[in-house]
Amino acid sequence: MTKFDLYTRRRIINSIGLAIAVLAMGFGLFWLCWILWTLLENGLPSLTAAVFTQMTPPPGSSGGLLNAIAGSLMMTLLGTVIGTPIGILAGTYLAEFGQRGWMAPVTRFINDVLLSAPSIVIGLFVYEIYVMKVKHFSGWAGALALAILVIPIVIRTTENMLKLVPSTLREAAAALGAPQWKIVNFVTLRAARAGIITGVMLAIARISGETAPLLFTSLNNQFWSSNMDQPMANLPVVIFQFAMSPYEDWQQLAWAGALLITLSVLTLNIMARVLFRQSATTH
Amino acid sequence: MTTVNITTPKIVVKDLNFYYGNYRALKDINLNIAEKMVTAFIGPSGCGKSTLLRTFNRMYELYPKQKATGGILLDGANMLDPKQDLNMLRAKIGMVFQKPTPFPMSIYDNIAFGVKLYENLSKHDMDARVEWALKKAALWVEVKDKLKQSGTGLSGGQQQRLCIARAIAVKPQVLLLDEPTSALDPISTAHIEKLIDELKEDFTIVIVTHNMQQAARVSDYTAYMYLGDLVEFGETSTIFTNPKRKETEDYITGRFG
Repeated sequence: MTKFDLYTRRRIINSIGLAIAVLAMGFGLFWLCWILWTLLENGLPSLTAAVFTQMTPPPGSSGGLLNAIAGSLMMTLLGTVIGTPIGILAGTYLAEFGQRGWMAPVTRFINDVLLSAPSIVIGLFVYEIYVMKVKHFSGWAGALALAILVIPIVIRTTENMLKLVPSTLREAAAALGAPQWKIVNFVTLRAARAGIITGVMLAIARISGETAPLLFTSLNNQFWSSNMDQPMANLPVVIFQFAMSPYEDWQQLAWAGALLITLSVLTLNIMARVLFRQSATTH
Repeated sequence: MTTVNITTPKIVVKDLNFYYGNYRALKDINLNIAEKMVTAFIGPSGCGKSTLLRTFNRMYELYPKQKATGGILLDGANMLDPKQDLNMLRAKIGMVFQKPTPFPMSIYDNIAFGVKLYENLSKHDMDARVEWALKKAALWVEVKDKLKQSGTGLSGGQQQRLCIARAIAVKPQVLLLDEPTSALDPISTAHIEKLIDELKEDFTIVIVTHNMQQAARVSDYTAYMYLGDLVEFGETSTIFTNPKRKETEDYITGRFG
């Protein structure tokens, strides 16, 4: 085969490969755009000021999603506040302290299982250990279920981000005579900070759309309630209930809620990307 | 192996063996490091020169499955003794790595980090120490107006001098340099070589280098290593002009390696 033939052949193979890749990307984007378009088409008209100022209505009357938005925010915040420290500490253990022994490999394996566990299982678990004991649904139970979802995500990203910190940085700190806890606190965690925050944001994005774990834990509340010990309204469950209902105005509110969740998750994802990119260029 | 008469050894290496798992990377090394002199380790890649350097501050202990046997005496005390406080030992022996390793913090804090570990200085004294270290490392003029800026924003050559400043700020007795200029351009390399010359007034320096001209330029003693053996050790001028062993001559004249 001459040099020219080889070159032509490679160009053809390259074009075919490129074409397949573009097609695959187009296929994926098509569905994503369709979903976004449907959401915008149905959700935007319903996204009125009332959505943010009024409570979820009984069928047939007008209302908004204020209690559901507030409930979602509270439980997401609480779930994150409970889950993040545990996740970061455990992830740090896996990356920095777990080189020897069996603890780290076992923890890592269990965490991988937890990471891919269906969220409905987490909901059932909290239902069994908490809701059944206190005999009522509550915001605490919802936050607990969300925290259990946050932990494995934060563990994984924290460990991965710490592993990306070059070992020469650890060696440099150790060479100065720094004890390990100082190396971890002041050098490696600091170097991995942006990546870890990104992981937390992705975890928040993940739990803010979760429905299944909340169905068994916080359930829903038609009225305004900031009492975490009571059943608590939240966007995903309201969407589930309203979208399945035969009432037109409920369905409209469900669209508005779906659009809200999607937009906030999108914003979180974009923020996480921007943050990570910024830190990548400054290091 | 040839021995040289070093009357005031700072470090004495005695029957040192080093293992990566089951692999024996250093074989019965015996060597004296002269005080306030520059000793260079040369040899082809994989010969064990960096491994030898890293036993001097027990850096290998960060990794499971690496171990050293034998003795390394610093002023007569065996550093490989498990009872020896590792962090105190490392505070006495500074190290600079192949790639610059500035910490993700300001230039000032990069230097202060190590000092704070073992000394409790007032703000005024710390300022003075930072300035002293940066001047020693010939970096002060370039960074004196941006001490609060991140150390990661400096150029490669400046970062490496920052790392040298950081290492000497804790006032160690020995300075280990692991190919400190291999990632730098010729001008930065010249800077650092000049620096090594000045630093040996205060510190005992051990340098690993791939660059034989560098070893010839900066060192007083040279050790040639091959496959975990110390082949020849002597005064740099002797090693480079009149080596006793054929292998050393082959390597130095470029016929091998």
